[in-house]
Amino acid sequence: MDVQIERVNAFCKKRKSQKKALIAILQDIQAEYKYLPQDALRAVSQNLSIPLIDVVGVATFFRAFSLKPRGEHVVTVCLGTACHVRGGPKILEEFERRLAVKPGDTTPDGKFTLESVACLGCCAIGPVVVVDGDYHAQTSIRKVESLIKQYARK
Amino acid sequence: MKTPAKIKTVKALEKVIQTQQRLRKADKRQVLTVSAGTCGQARGSLKVIDALNASIKKAKLQQKVKVRVTGCHGFCEAEPNIIIHPHDLFYQKVAPTHAEAIIGQTIKQKKTLPNLLYKDPVTGKTASREQAIPFYKKQQRIVLGDNALIDPTEIDDYFAVGGYGALIKALTSMTPEKVIGEVKASGLRGRGGAGFPTGVKWELARRQKDATKYIICNADEGDPGAYMDRSLLEGNPHRVLEGMMIGAYAIGATEGYIYVRDEYPLAVKHVTLAIEKLKKLGLVGTNILGAGFSFEFHIAKGAGAFVCGEETAMIASIEGRVGEPRQRPPFPAVKGLFGKPTIINNVETWGTVPLIINKGAKWFAKIGTDGSKGTKIFSLVGKINNTGLVEVPMGISLREIIYDIGGGIPGGKKFKAVQTGGPSGGCLPKSKLDLPIDYESLTKAGSIMGSGGMIVMDEKTCMVDIAKYFLNFLRDESCGKCVSCREGTQRMWEIVRDISEGKGKEGDIELLEELAQAVKDASMCGLGQTAANPVLSTLRYFKDEFEAHLKDKRCPAGVCINLIRYFVLPEKCTGCLACKKSCPTDAIQGVLKGVHIIDLAKCIKCGACLEACKFEAVETQRDEAIVIMEGAK
Repeated sequence: MDVQIERVNAFCKKRKSQKKALIAILQDIQAEYKYLPQDALRAVSQNLSIPLIDVVGVATFFRAFSLKPRGEHVVTVCLGTACHVRGGPKILEEFERRLAVKPGDTTPDGKFTLESVACLGCCAIGPVVVVDGDYHAQTSIRKVESLIKQYARK
Repeated sequence: MKTPAKIKTVKALEKVIQTQQRLRKADKRQVLTVSAGTCGQARGSLKVIDALNASIKKAKLQQKVKVRVTGCHGFCEAEPNIIIHPHDLFYQKVAPTHAEAIIGQTIKQKKTLPNLLYKDPVTGKTASREQAIPFYKKQQRIVLGDNALIDPTEIDDYFAVGGYGALIKALTSMTPEKVIGEVKASGLRGRGGAGFPTGVKWELARRQKDATKYIICNADEGDPGAYMDRSLLEGNPHRVLEGMMIGAYAIGATEGYIYVRDEYPLAVKHVTLAIEKLKKLGLVGTNILGAGFSFEFHIAKGAGAFVCGEETAMIASIEGRVGEPRQRPPFPAVKGLFGKPTIINNVETWGTVPLIINKGAKWFAKIGTDGSKGTKIFSLVGKINNTGLVEVPMGISLREIIYDIGGGIPGGKKFKAVQTGGPSGGCLPKSKLDLPIDYESLTKAGSIMGSGGMIVMDEKTCMVDIAKYFLNFLRDESCGKCVSCREGTQRMWEIVRDISEGKGKEGDIELLEELAQAVKDASMCGLGQTAANPVLSTLRYFKDEFEAHLKDKRCPAGVCINLIRYFVLPEKCTGCLACKKSCPTDAIQGVLKGVHIIDLAKCIKCGACLEACKFEAVETQRDEAIVIMEGAK
């Protein structure tokens, strides 16, 4: 994906290029591109007069940021304690097998990115899987295949 | 009467509140209250709401009944649920297809629909009213209770339950010192983890002479298994904002930040809406209500770092930096955000403040135990029948929560442990079930109150696996600043991982205990200082399980993948083919109505067969009987 530097500049300008807004600006960029492209990080560094190393430091410290492009659909498997005791890890393994990728990676066709999260706070309806922002309650190993099919068609 | 465009005086706000209270009282329509928090929506409550509205329109009953979309009612197991006021009829697990019957029969003909009533999983008894359901009986929902009365996107609903009345009281009849005195006298302690007395913290910030001070609402609910803060922010955002404004007035702050997890989109949405509404009405800004009090809200979204729940790390993150904690003192109350005195309290703490101001410290201090006052919200999850958010007075026993409110363990399984306090907490065994819950008793038992996560585990949960789980979480979330935490959590995880894989060595447990102590002693912030708790508490109460993994290479709960095998129990197998169909590697052989056999060479231990089998014929633990059968085969 080509990064439009003007777009990144606009994100910075919207938050008055304040240094304290760094995380919020990175969140805006990630919402637009689904990851943090290198050129965008450089532009943010210039706009906010923060050394690139510190921008990258923040971008790599927080789990929500990705420096790698993400797929069309993002599958997030919750691994919170409640989901863990109800079989969350088994669900993640099934996704790994079906999609043939490890958490954090994207399928070669760019369709799916697989991710795990420490807790989504929907512990009562676990194990929870979120695909593109849709919450799927009480998932099971068997539901994984149909979930993938459902989103592959979209 | 509509709420005016701007509310400029105390009198005007009083009038708005009175008007909304009167309107609600005068509204004789029946109300269908539908829970639509994140959990409810995940279970399809938005579709239920659409279907109900369509049915109401079709039956031309708009004048007689209305739908109120609210946040979480706490009984997540029963989502989506509907409470029908004024009779408090409780319908659970409602689907869009039920809408016609609810409107046609319950509303029109006053007939109860038995299939939608709550049925006790243990006794099989049904309950029609909310109060009659065992889940609610022992609760005291002073903080969460209003969730069911409020559409969180409508400030008028909050006014209708007397909202912002506490702010008026504080601004007009109490000095900041008196507010602090009241909070101190109430005995309120921080609900986010450590349980520091809230009023004492405020007093320290009040005493600072700086012209600029800040307050922060910690909504970075990072403990896996806890979600009361999400529920409160989603379901009653104004309650939290009102508490923050009272706190700001008390310490002399002019700006407040809400640091909320990005993983909580609905909470972010509702709190953003609530702040916009306050701005529109002129209830934030300069000289609010003409009372000489000025205040602004900001929202800072977290980016997925557990350590940012620690005060100084959170401050760094709001300042746009890497979320690493720093040495204290100076405490944030003296030198915090942008170098100014800052008070950080958790969502639940802020949400409790308006209550204390409204009803008084004495009323609040009557609830709870000597050292721990008021109620606490727990998220009761894991292997439990009635999962959900429960608000109980401090001092209640674990047994009451798990059995009386939670309805016990599903599937007739045995209780093994309850994990409290998240990754800083610990696992408590059966012998601690009668422990009265307060800050001190939990700490003494080797766990902590934490933010209130309560994860119930049954006999099929492996405690070595749980210790490994938390260590994996902590080594991942350790910010890396202190060597003891960065390396210590990593090494502890490696040792426990090896034990769980059957590669443990003699002396591992002793090494683990020594390391745990070192990490505790040498780390700077709460994350490292408590990182050993999950290991130490599981070692303390479940040492036999560690030893079974270590010496006998057995996982008694049948979880640790290297130490188990999947078997079909011939006496239970009905030959239904379900497991065979579910197997991704075709490792199961068998014909219809014949006993199935798992080919261990092909089996990848994915667990699909166990999940597919309805007859509990798939087992993971090798016991003697099965070994014999294997030999006979």
